[in-house]
Amino acid sequence: MGIRTLIGMLVAAVAVIAAMATQEAYRLFLPGLLQGAVLTIEIAILGSLLAIVMGVFAALARLYGPAPVRWLATVYVEIFRGTSALVQLFWLFFVLPQFGVSLDAFLVAVVALGLNVGAYGSEVVRGAILSVARGQWEACTALNMSRAQMLRRIILPQAFVAMIPPWGNLFIELLKSTALVSLITLSDLAFKAQQMNQNTFKTIPIFTLVLLMYLAMSLVLTIGMRLLERRASLGLARGRAG
Amino acid sequence: MWDWAFTWEILPVLANAAILSIEATLIGFVLAATLGLVLAVVRIAVPRTAWTISVLVELIRSTPLLIQIFFLYFVFPKFGVVLDAFTAGVLAIGIHYAAYCSEVYRAGFDNIHRGQWEASIALNLSAWTTFRDIIIPQAIPPIVPALGNYLVALFKETPLLSAIAVMELMQAAKIIGSETFRYTEPMTLVGLFFLAMSLVSAALIRSLERLLNRRTMR
Repeated sequence: MGIRTLIGMLVAAVAVIAAMATQEAYRLFLPGLLQGAVLTIEIAILGSLLAIVMGVFAALARLYGPAPVRWLATVYVEIFRGTSALVQLFWLFFVLPQFGVSLDAFLVAVVALGLNVGAYGSEVVRGAILSVARGQWEACTALNMSRAQMLRRIILPQAFVAMIPPWGNLFIELLKSTALVSLITLSDLAFKAQQMNQNTFKTIPIFTLVLLMYLAMSLVLTIGMRLLERRASLGLARGRAG
Repeated sequence: MWDWAFTWEILPVLANAAILSIEATLIGFVLAATLGLVLAVVRIAVPRTAWTISVLVELIRSTPLLIQIFFLYFVFPKFGVVLDAFTAGVLAIGIHYAAYCSEVYRAGFDNIHRGQWEASIALNLSAWTTFRDIIIPQAIPPIVPALGNYLVALFKETPLLSAIAVMELMQAAKIIGSETFRYTEPMTLVGLFFLAMSLVSAALIRSLERLLNRRTMR
């Protein structure tokens, strides 16, 4: 979908939310929902940062680590990709305390979602690194670069461009997964919606607003990643032309 | 820490619940694959609908499945249609993944050589015949692995049904946990079950991919 359409959708979503805010029936719910949205955004941002760190480390460990590190990274990736995010969330929330490690719900949310998306991200990073043209690697060897130099100066800057679109999808997955944290007692946007729904039974206005709010957040993310992609691929003879 | 006697005791309960999880997966996926195909075909066959469908797909893909499940579960009764939790949940999962599947089909259709479409027009085939006899038989095999990946992803979303109290695997584990105050065994078993299923299906998809590659190689 073109970036113009996406921006159009974002404007429309925000306009509908604003129009709803002028109605008495909807205005009631906005402060609480916005409060929830702030928590959702906090978890999404911190989770994404953790996901990037885990993704890069796991990918490098699987590509260049000594055997034990490689296995460890593979086990991490398989476990977090093979089980469902909700199971991971519940496991960290309910089971970990029985082993004497008690994290508060917010930390559990960030860690679980970050590790989950990080596992998918590591495959993205690995794929992007391996997709850099062979000539580039050979040229680095010919120039007698160390592995660190090669990665930092030649390979990663090129791999970065290929990583942007898939990471954009992962960030959206993470944003959507934050709705799960409502099930471990955190009062995020989904939790507030549930709570208000139980108190007022005004299901349609509440959930319409909430869906629009999630849509607006996803669209901001999508548009941001598109712009980043356009910027990063400037001057590179690959990828879509901006 | 880990109580084996307790593990054996809860295993049958969880196994029973796992059957419902798998049922939800299969029904949800049939729904997603069919509805996704319909969306993708209509989008091409009736160009006027293309914009509406792409906005709809974007809407569904940009909002959390959990909210969509709540929405269907709570909103339908307002219109006098009372769906039980299982139906509402599976319907929501099916629609959510139909949006993803329709993009997969679209990629499959886009990969069909233009000459095939042109030849169909030249032979005066109807849109229906073109899709049924020319396009779909060529477009589906290459995208089977991608659809398989969504089947696994869909399976991993079924624990969300526990949020509307469907007695699937996660809900069973939660109930055992809250009754006995032991979460370690049920939660870990649920995790292991998903891990095992995912690894097996990943292997199956890989071999299917190899098989299809061999068949379509010319």
